Amino acid sequence: MELIVEGVSHRYGDVVALEGIDLEVREGETLALIGPSGCGKSTLLGIMGGILQASAGRVRVKGAPPPGSLNPQTYIFQDFALLPWRTVEGNVALALEHHGLSDAEREARIADVLARTGLGEFRQAFPKQLSGGMRQRVGIARALAVKPAILLMDEPLSALDAQTRELLMEDFLALWLRERITAVYVTHNLTEALRLADRVCVLSRRPGRVREMVTIDMPQAERTSQAAQAHLAGLHDRLWRLIKAEAQVAEREVAPA
Amino acid sequence: MKTGAEIRDVTFRGGGFTVVPKRGAALVAFVALIAFWELACRAGWVSPIFLPSPANIVAALHELLATGKLWLHISESLRRLAIGWSFGTVSGLGIGFAIGVWSLSRAVGLPLVSALFPIPKIALLPLLILWLGIGEPSKVATIALGVFFPTAIATFSAIDSVPRNLIRMGQSFNLPAIDVLRKIVLPGALPGILAGFRITASIGLILLVSAEMIGAEYGIGAFILQAGNLMQTDQLLAGVVMLSILGLLIGTGLTRLEAWLLRWR
Repeated sequence: MELIVEGVSHRYGDVVALEGIDLEVREGETLALIGPSGCGKSTLLGIMGGILQASAGRVRVKGAPPPGSLNPQTYIFQDFALLPWRTVEGNVALALEHHGLSDAEREARIADVLARTGLGEFRQAFPKQLSGGMRQRVGIARALAVKPAILLMDEPLSALDAQTRELLMEDFLALWLRERITAVYVTHNLTEALRLADRVCVLSRRPGRVREMVTIDMPQAERTSQAAQAHLAGLHDRLWRLIKAEAQVAEREVAPA
Repeated sequence: MKTGAEIRDVTFRGGGFTVVPKRGAALVAFVALIAFWELACRAGWVSPIFLPSPANIVAALHELLATGKLWLHISESLRRLAIGWSFGTVSGLGIGFAIGVWSLSRAVGLPLVSALFPIPKIALLPLLILWLGIGEPSKVATIALGVFFPTAIATFSAIDSVPRNLIRMGQSFNLPAIDVLRKIVLPGALPGILAGFRITASIGLILLVSAEMIGAEYGIGAFILQAGNLMQTDQLLAGVVMLSILGLLIGTGLTRLEAWLLRWR
């Protein structure tokens, strides 16, 4: 399924968060949205998935969701958004319970996604018993359980420590290189964007506009090789130059009281 | 050379300001206090008419138990408390939920609840007696009113404190509104609601005793008042001991309930 954003603008009171955003997320690609903090990345992601109402413009989808898809646009959240009173299995079930699946089908979906995310032995654990990385795996399992057509990820690794992030990133890649789920990945981490994305959309700040669209023409599987490092380092520099000045301004900003 | 390069221990300076469990200290203090009280009575330092000794109070309790009067008063009190508290809690939960969830009911209900909450409900008892008569309904209504407001306030505050991101998550998975309420808002608000129960249980107990002091034949409040009128201070204090045991039992029950309902914490 494709996602088409047409002339989306958004304002919070007097602040123009997004202005005239046009972009397309193509079938099967991973699009990274990067930009300095306060550029409206998360707002744009919210609008893309229909949990925020844009002030102007519209978002459309093209194509049919895969068979068995219960929730075509599915989020993975930065803070995991797990219900602390439900077990791992209960948290995954939450996304399925209101769809009237048979018990067998629901159980099959839960068992399948827990196995794929390496959570099989933690079915009965509560979120507080799990490490940050494991909690985000539950978030991923919950998202996969509804067979999404488009995954919308809001800095899914930002709340994790550097080592866990590294491990989870590889798992992420393995999962969706296999499935090729269309994905939008919001991050402020350039390395993550360069490791995971097919294209990187750089947003400017206040108002948030599409500043540049950078294509990474190298399959994800090859990006860890020695040969790839120089090319990726060059891209990293280019992206950093694009957002550095604005990131400096953002960093020195005082929030309105 | 000698002064600059000498080797010294780093002094520990991080002590204190942490709570360390001291087992048995409370029990010792408790026993010491009662022993001192008993001693003061036996030595004749205080008149037994004004302050009976712990042994006298136990004897009075024992007599009440033997004659069956203890159970009569307690059961009467418990019945009033249970009915009044349940009415107040159910209606408080309902209104609190409405205020917590719907903007219109919040706009109407919040100022009303805030305005009526500070009235000491016992002040309304004479009015309730005029409306409902001196019998049971006015007593139960006083308790219910006293319980209603804190329950409503605890409920909507608890709903306000449910993380919005969990609600957005539910919506992002297309959960129907009723499921968002049932599976996310209600369990998320439960800790705050249960904390409210603790407060309303003690308010209920206070109002129970006060209401029973006006025109009640049986009940712990009535019993204490009668004992006071007859200068039977041992009976009076036996009644107070019953109340404190009752309060302790209710508190323990609520702790158990919390531990079971909130076992995910």
